[in-house]
Amino acid sequence: MKPEDILALMTESACAHNAKTKSGCARPQPGATQGGCCFDGARNALLPIADAAHVVHGPIGCAGSSWDNRGTRSSGPDTYRIGMTTDLSEMDVIMGRGERRLLRAIGQAVDSYRPAAVFVYNTCVPALQGDDIEAVAKDAAVRYGVPVVPVDCAGFYGNKNLGNRLAGDIVYRHVIGSREPEPVSAAAMPPGITGHDVNLIGEWNVGGEFWNVAPLFDELGLRILCTFSGDSRFREVQTMHRAEANMVVCSKAMLHVARKLNEDYGTPFFEGSFYGIKDTSQAFRDFAHRLNDADLSRRTEAMIAREEAQVETALAPLRRRLAGKRVLIFTGGYKSWSVVSAAQDLGMVVVATGTEKSTEEDKARITALMGPDALMISDNDQTALIEAFHNLKADILVAGDRYIYPTLKSRLPFLDIDHVRCIGYAGYDGMIELARNLDRAVHSPVWEQVRRRLDWLRAAA
Amino acid sequence: MAEIVLPTKALAVNPLKASQPIGASLAFLGLAQAMPLEHGARGCTSFNKLFFMRHFRDPIALQTTAMDQMTTVLGADSRVVEALATICDKNQPAVIGLISTGLSEIQGADIPRTVAAFRASCPHHDGVAVIPVSAADTLGCLETGFAAAVEAMIIALIPSAPSAVRRPGQVNVLASAMLTPGDIEAIKSWIGAFGLTPIVLPDLADSLDGHLIEAGFSTLTYGGTPRSAVAAMTESVATLVIGPSLDYAADLLQARTGITDHRFPGLLGLDDCDAFTQALAGISDCPVPSALERKRAQLQDAMVDCQFQLGGARVAVAADADLLATFTRFLVAMGAEVVAAVASAQAGHLAHLPTDSVVIGDLEDLEWLAREHAAELLITNSHGAEIARRLGTALLRAGFPVYDAYGAHARTWVGYGGSRQLLFDLANLLAGHYQEIRPYRSRYRQETPHDGKIRRPNPC
Repeated sequence: MKPEDILALMTESACAHNAKTKSGCARPQPGATQGGCCFDGARNALLPIADAAHVVHGPIGCAGSSWDNRGTRSSGPDTYRIGMTTDLSEMDVIMGRGERRLLRAIGQAVDSYRPAAVFVYNTCVPALQGDDIEAVAKDAAVRYGVPVVPVDCAGFYGNKNLGNRLAGDIVYRHVIGSREPEPVSAAAMPPGITGHDVNLIGEWNVGGEFWNVAPLFDELGLRILCTFSGDSRFREVQTMHRAEANMVVCSKAMLHVARKLNEDYGTPFFEGSFYGIKDTSQAFRDFAHRLNDADLSRRTEAMIAREEAQVETALAPLRRRLAGKRVLIFTGGYKSWSVVSAAQDLGMVVVATGTEKSTEEDKARITALMGPDALMISDNDQTALIEAFHNLKADILVAGDRYIYPTLKSRLPFLDIDHVRCIGYAGYDGMIELARNLDRAVHSPVWEQVRRRLDWLRAAA
Repeated sequence: MAEIVLPTKALAVNPLKASQPIGASLAFLGLAQAMPLEHGARGCTSFNKLFFMRHFRDPIALQTTAMDQMTTVLGADSRVVEALATICDKNQPAVIGLISTGLSEIQGADIPRTVAAFRASCPHHDGVAVIPVSAADTLGCLETGFAAAVEAMIIALIPSAPSAVRRPGQVNVLASAMLTPGDIEAIKSWIGAFGLTPIVLPDLADSLDGHLIEAGFSTLTYGGTPRSAVAAMTESVATLVIGPSLDYAADLLQARTGITDHRFPGLLGLDDCDAFTQALAGISDCPVPSALERKRAQLQDAMVDCQFQLGGARVAVAADADLLATFTRFLVAMGAEVVAAVASAQAGHLAHLPTDSVVIGDLEDLEWLAREHAAELLITNSHGAEIARRLGTALLRAGFPVYDAYGAHARTWVGYGGSRQLLFDLANLLAGHYQEIRPYRSRYRQETPHDGKIRRPNPC
């Protein structure tokens, strides 16, 4: 991948980060960097395309320790969960046999698993060596009669976020627009309702959480052409250009796709979240608004009223237990405020939120939610975070999986909201699950036991 | 505080309870060169022997007076004398446990008179201790029968005058029926770590731990507490009592020996283990060994790692009272919810458990309660396997009998290490049975038929 292409992705114009003079994403600091690489981000973004084979072209280091590690779920095929890599050997590298090996590897994947498409992920070693995966992909597509999408995403190109963007860009260029959607079958659409086609961009169906929300889309007559990419199929990704409105879910990285669809097809888009009651309701309202359908708006309001009443009843006892508990949220990016809103919905006090990957717009929203004195933590150092926890007298830390063990081993309650979890928190039902798990984590009797100091312990003396 | 719900059903379905005689027999299996003799019909003993054989995967020393129609009606005392004499002649035991059963109890057998008759007719067997235990199976359960036998051992083998001699570093351990041979082994090394020497009554770790012997096979117990060691308990510096079912036995021992005792409801979980460790440090006047402190820190680490998985987990437990109480306290301390607690028989301490209610009942009660409260995990004996299958829950096998899994006797539940392993096992069982959100298919969705066939990869 050329440096100018990378730069173009780094300066995504729809991203509020880039409105400032010092544009683009921060560079990593050697010796003090956490988080994944470009390959990690690109594969995570596309892996949920469930009927595709995902072939990692590289030595075992790239796929060997990271395959089948996502919480994303499929309602149909599970080809995506099969780990595939060219497992390049020293001889492959020395003799320059990487490309040949990749071609054969794609053939084997097609032959054994009949995927709807093959995604090939380039990694550092073959990228450095100069393997032309685009050419191999073209050749393989003709030879094996299956779409083969080259994803040039070597780790050294940049961070995980760049990988997300890059994946979106590649899919936009190679896949979206390559097929027209079928018309909705007359039997499926509820009578008297005008249906609409929509996309969700950046929804990963972690722990199947989107299934909490999907039935409500059906009820409103909103056909989801594609959830890019949770529980999606290759053929659905192909038709994304025909949606009438797009929602970008909790993801700055995928803004690029929405912006391109807006530029090339005029599809309106908005950013939203399915975490929290208010946000979930707002997402449906935004769809109705963008689709400019008065009847849909009316039905949406009725649905929201019904769902909110139901969830309120279930949440009442949990609210009482969580009220006033102090929560430190460290998620970064979009979730930095969408989870804030969810926690506040529950009557919890958000003492600070992480803004590691947040945009200026995100920060403005945080200020709106938490007030002008909102404490924002941009340092992703784990020790500093634990210190902040103590200083802020927090009761629980809500963060991604890389903070689990530093927190737990400091004998502090923690709730994981990373993408590798298998518990769904989205939508109205997800809120109940979230509240229940927050309650369990905060009130676990274990904390008191593990913090107890006994005078006969040497370590304590 | 728990409400105790007593049974009102006429029919016990899928019984949880095993009888008092079987528990009394088990206690005698922890004495050296012992033979339990059940005074009843031959079937009792045959069932009981098989019960233990399947659980321990060992031959089990167990005999019967084999009451028949004639002796049942006309008096079976002579059968008892004959049985005692035969066992003495054939097996040369050091101890015979003479255990009554429902049949002999209801018949009204006069055991003390019968033992006297045996003594009179066989003076050459005076060296064999005969320890009578009243263990009607119309009362109690395995655990109470076991406790009754321990009480009988104390009465029969420990002199009732306190000894002037004290053996420094020697401690008594009264070990309840809930402890496996693996548990007792761990308890012994726990005590040993403080430079103390334990005498365990009864010592199942020495007899039923499962070990091959040179002779291949023994008709008596393979090991256990020697009679001489039981007699020497009167010279110990302290007594450790594990399991509330042995409260009365502890009272007896205390009254006879005057030795201070320390009582523990169980040795599972941080609190229990800390209390035991602290008692040992006090008795020995030794600092806590650093190895033990490390084990403690490991348990704490596991508690932290597993708290999320166990937090709010709905667990249904059925067992004899000591084990039920120990598990219940442990689970609640980990943030789990004990949605069903079923005990085979009533015990006073159950009312103090941190759960809404304890049902005195059977495995049908467990199944109904588990279904009603959507339990995710069952903890009970092997009979729970079918129930867990019907309910779609996970099962942790514990208590008696465990016949469909290997190593029940070797399992160590107690101590920092045992508690840690139990946490891992519970967390794994719960994670393996986690119910994810059910897949939803949109009615608008048109999916390409996926043939779902996976062909054998080419060997290339």
